[in-house]
Amino acid sequence: MIRFRIIKRKPLPGWAKIVIPIAAILATLILSAIPILMAGGHLWKSYYYLFYGALGTRFNLLETFVKASPLLLTGLAVAFAFRAKFWNIGAEGQLLAGALAATVLGVNLGGVPQPFVLPIVIIGGFLAGGIWAAIPAILKTKLKVDDVVSTLLLNYVMIHIMGALLFGPLQQPGSSWPRSAAIIKAACYPILLPRSRFHMGILIAFFVVFVIWFINQRTTFGYRSKAVGVNIRAAHFGGINTTSVIIWTALISGGLAGLAGVGELCAIQYRLIMDISPGYGYSGIVIAMLGNLHPVGVLFSSLFFSVIIVGAQTMSRMTGVPSYIAEVIQGMSLMVMLIFLLFTEYKIKVMKK
Amino acid sequence: MVDTQQPMVTMSSITKYFVDVTANHKVTFNLYSGEICALLGENGAGKTTLMNILFGYYACDEGEIFIKGEKADLSSPKDAIARGVGMIHQHFALVHSQTVLENIVIGTESGKGLFLDLKTARRKLLALQEKFGLQIDPEARVWTLSVGEQQKVEILKALYREVNILIMDEPTAVLAPAETEDLFKTLKSFVEEGRSVVFISHKLNEVMDISDRIVVLRGGQVVAERHTAETSPRELANLMVGRELLEDIDKKQLEPGRPVLEIQNLDALNDKKLPALKNLNLVVRQNEILGMAGISGNGQRELSEILFGLRDPARGAIKINSIPLKFGNPSSAIKLKMARIPEDRMDTGLLMDLSVEENLILEDHASAEFQTYGLMKLKRIQRYSDELISAYSIATAGRDAVTKSLSGGNLQKVMLARELAGKPAVVIASQPTRGLDVGAMEYIHQRLLQERERGAGILLISEDLDEVFALSDRIIVIYEGEIMGEAAGENASREQIGIWMSGVNIKVKQ
Repeated sequence: MIRFRIIKRKPLPGWAKIVIPIAAILATLILSAIPILMAGGHLWKSYYYLFYGALGTRFNLLETFVKASPLLLTGLAVAFAFRAKFWNIGAEGQLLAGALAATVLGVNLGGVPQPFVLPIVIIGGFLAGGIWAAIPAILKTKLKVDDVVSTLLLNYVMIHIMGALLFGPLQQPGSSWPRSAAIIKAACYPILLPRSRFHMGILIAFFVVFVIWFINQRTTFGYRSKAVGVNIRAAHFGGINTTSVIIWTALISGGLAGLAGVGELCAIQYRLIMDISPGYGYSGIVIAMLGNLHPVGVLFSSLFFSVIIVGAQTMSRMTGVPSYIAEVIQGMSLMVMLIFLLFTEYKIKVMKK
Repeated sequence: MVDTQQPMVTMSSITKYFVDVTANHKVTFNLYSGEICALLGENGAGKTTLMNILFGYYACDEGEIFIKGEKADLSSPKDAIARGVGMIHQHFALVHSQTVLENIVIGTESGKGLFLDLKTARRKLLALQEKFGLQIDPEARVWTLSVGEQQKVEILKALYREVNILIMDEPTAVLAPAETEDLFKTLKSFVEEGRSVVFISHKLNEVMDISDRIVVLRGGQVVAERHTAETSPRELANLMVGRELLEDIDKKQLEPGRPVLEIQNLDALNDKKLPALKNLNLVVRQNEILGMAGISGNGQRELSEILFGLRDPARGAIKINSIPLKFGNPSSAIKLKMARIPEDRMDTGLLMDLSVEENLILEDHASAEFQTYGLMKLKRIQRYSDELISAYSIATAGRDAVTKSLSGGNLQKVMLARELAGKPAVVIASQPTRGLDVGAMEYIHQRLLQERERGAGILLISEDLDEVFALSDRIIVIYEGEIMGEAAGENASREQIGIWMSGVNIKVKQ
């Protein structure tokens, strides 16, 4: 009889951290050939148009960055929370909270001197997302309410709050659609490159990668947050105020998701609509896991996702493979990555008996 | 006597390895019909592992098992139950939302078609209850039962499956004294008709009360086998913890100074809400080591958790350098300069997934020395870590190595380095050398003696009598949350300490 056992392996050398994600992406693309062929697509042509559509022209390349910016922010939000084992599944709701706050501010700040408007909108969006995430963190630390459930359910609460406001006080005067009035010009993110939608929020998102890396590596807060995530009992034993660490981690995490909402509102839609996010908050969870919770990993995984999402449009148009294939590839990439990560720590031993 | 008959169970030359530990080494164990056999040993002696092998839970790496004379290949508990072996673990395997009857029937369904035949099952259960005096309402939901009653359900479950070899893993740990008595009665009637029981325990008195025969395990090996009638708690205590003294300890004569740790009228409950500490008082002075001996499970864990700030007492006060300790808050202990060596260093003491450096600075990372405005002074932290690594000769690939890659002795060195670096006023060392090899043990002992010379007061909580005798200026013995007695270190007799450890409050003549 042959038995299989999963056993721990010795820690892998440093280069594995770079090789494994690349191998995982290659494996994903190979596996994705199956659904593409099943959908009747021509394999090489499909992949050619997938990448051409995302990277091939100036406009497409810039669109890939436009799409990457909210994914990057929600991915960082989730990764930052998960690192402290605060299971924030609520980036979607926090994104909406940020967009909502930015709408209220962006529509009504006409009397404020122009240079101050955008900073206020950004800070307001950050705080709204942060506070929305702090609620489940307080419930977790004070009342031991499970954070997976509470963060997830608060997403639906926020969607309905937004719906109520869009059919009520925030609705554009004279409109029968659930949409707000447009924000004022001073509240819009500047477009940085002509003939594109490449906006300031993209730079903010890239800057946040550095900020999160810096917090994680260089600050006492980043150290505490990591300690709490690794072993909350030992962190508490060592004198760390774990309650405060979890709440602050949630505030920052939710704030980043809120920034994603601000970006979508102030650079893409300019007014609040129900469909402001096609599930960026949920994609953020996958992106964070795919990036192994490291800010640089999250940067690359969000770019990979946006390449797939943007490229799938062109692929669909040119080869007839439905653009839903993008979601199949995303799901596949996460599963492959999780399996690869499993084998960085464990190996299968075959035992003969 | 029993020895002449054919054993019910023979486990011969059983060896079991876990990743880097040998849990059982060439253990041979026999169980005879009609007896209650106690497996006695410290935590980690390999008792539960051995029985998990007999229950088919683990596969042994070497050795053979015979049940009723037949060679048994047990690859799962199912195989064991089919051969009449049942085991009740410390954590019960009951479905809380279901009734007693449903729990007992689970897995043995002998229904008509799709439906459970609960009527027949109920009749059989009631007959068993009658016979063994285990009165429980079969319709009661398990979550409404006390722990003692749940244990009865587990026993009934075994009886219902017609088990004739019953293994109980520390069954009294969760019971109140009256419930323990009931359990003992049940076990005695269980073995009357030729069934047998293996009773895993580290409590001497219990073992003396209930068993016919005692097998003592230490470090994964059988060190002794005694008929209960022919041994004493004292002998058992020595067998359990005794080790040849290998080191030569050079202890300076020092006059104890002012009190640095005072514990006053401390009462506490354990996790089961039973009394763990009863009006405990003690004082530790500068330049002295107070050794607290005792078999584990007598309140030592609760005491150290209260001192560490992990548990609230029911009553009482603790002072360090005459300043009251705030309970339930580890940073109060840190601020008052208490060095804390917890017994579970891998779970409570250290962050195994972080680097050695990150562990060394855990308690001091927020001090002005290592940060300004929340920015860590990396250079200084690195220098500090390197200093400690060399001062404590910690064998590691470097300060950045992940802590779980270190050996047990080096983990404890990291723990000591972190705790002793701040020149503590008091050191609480809880089982500081458990599971360590002789070299690491000697090192830890030397460090504790150095702290004593420097002027710290040390409370050494240990099961290891040799350690307590070698290091302590004074020795106290804890039993069921109370101090049984105190003796001066140099002229304490092992005999006296052994008697106190077994819960008997008499003085032997010197």
